[in-house]
Amino acid sequence: MGILQGKNILVTGVLTDGSIAFHIAKIAQEEGANVVLTGFGRALSLTTRIAGRLPQPAPIIELDVTNQEHLDGLAAEVKKHVPHLDGVVHSIGFAPEAALGGNFLNTAWEDVSTAVHISAYSLKSLTMACRPTFKDGASVVGLDFDAQVAWPKYDWMGVAKAALESTSRYLARDLGAENVRINLVAAGPIRTMAAKSIPGFDEFEKVWNDRSPLEWDVTDPVPAAKAAVALLSDWFPKTTAEIIHVDGGLHGMGA
Amino acid sequence: MALSQADVLAGIKEIVEEVAGIPAASIEFDKNFTEDLEVDSLSMVEVVVACEERFGVKIPDEKVTDLATVGDAVNFIVNAAA
Repeated sequence: MGILQGKNILVTGVLTDGSIAFHIAKIAQEEGANVVLTGFGRALSLTTRIAGRLPQPAPIIELDVTNQEHLDGLAAEVKKHVPHLDGVVHSIGFAPEAALGGNFLNTAWEDVSTAVHISAYSLKSLTMACRPTFKDGASVVGLDFDAQVAWPKYDWMGVAKAALESTSRYLARDLGAENVRINLVAAGPIRTMAAKSIPGFDEFEKVWNDRSPLEWDVTDPVPAAKAAVALLSDWFPKTTAEIIHVDGGLHGMGA
Repeated sequence: MALSQADVLAGIKEIVEEVAGIPAASIEFDKNFTEDLEVDSLSMVEVVVACEERFGVKIPDEKVTDLATVGDAVNFIVNAAA
């Protein structure tokens, strides 16, 4: 029996079959979960095509996390496919071009606010939108990139990730009484569609090649996906407000 | 399965029209996806995925950047399917 046998999991952020979220959905299905996907705007048709590559069919709900109507209707949409949710995967992030790439000192607030709204506040929006579907607790897992330190070129996306980390802790505080767990997976760099839009991504690759104790493969999203699936399962029953690093151990190294 | 250049070109025209909304009639062998047809990166990913499904080939990420023109894509797919 799989570790997610019978669980209903909502997975956002499946864009290509290289997406970490795609591999979470795939492994979740292999571990026995019923998976419902969300897709966003113009990418909805791409998500629909890619869903066909999952082991089992998965329904797709349109969700723009900045659209209040979508958020208000999400629980009802979810209930068309599954009676309740046991887990939610937040794999959503965006920063305008001006907020990335070494322009930190000159980025306008409008661009920063977009990055924080879509990449951090949305963890709260998504969790609250799904809350009416939670039964006997739930596990919410978000995808993070270690925000304890400054990185080359990552700029305001790094600030947005710091906000995501903080948001996860406050959600854990306020939803703990409902047995809702909120955790993040801080993955090392993986060459996904999202990574391709980060100028200077190669610099991350070099940092990991030089400093990660475990060998790091930027083309392999599976380690991060496995950690997310583990957090969705019953095997971390008393873990919340936590950040699991799936980065080859780099976060613990001084040099 | 061997595919002819003409078949693949016809298929790509249909896919680009469907994904990016560009009339098939304006899509020709020597047109550049980005500069001539203004297919953006998100649409290009979907075009690639749709081509993989339709022609039963795998187009690796690192190859996608080499596919500047419609003809590049046609030739890659014909060779990959051969």
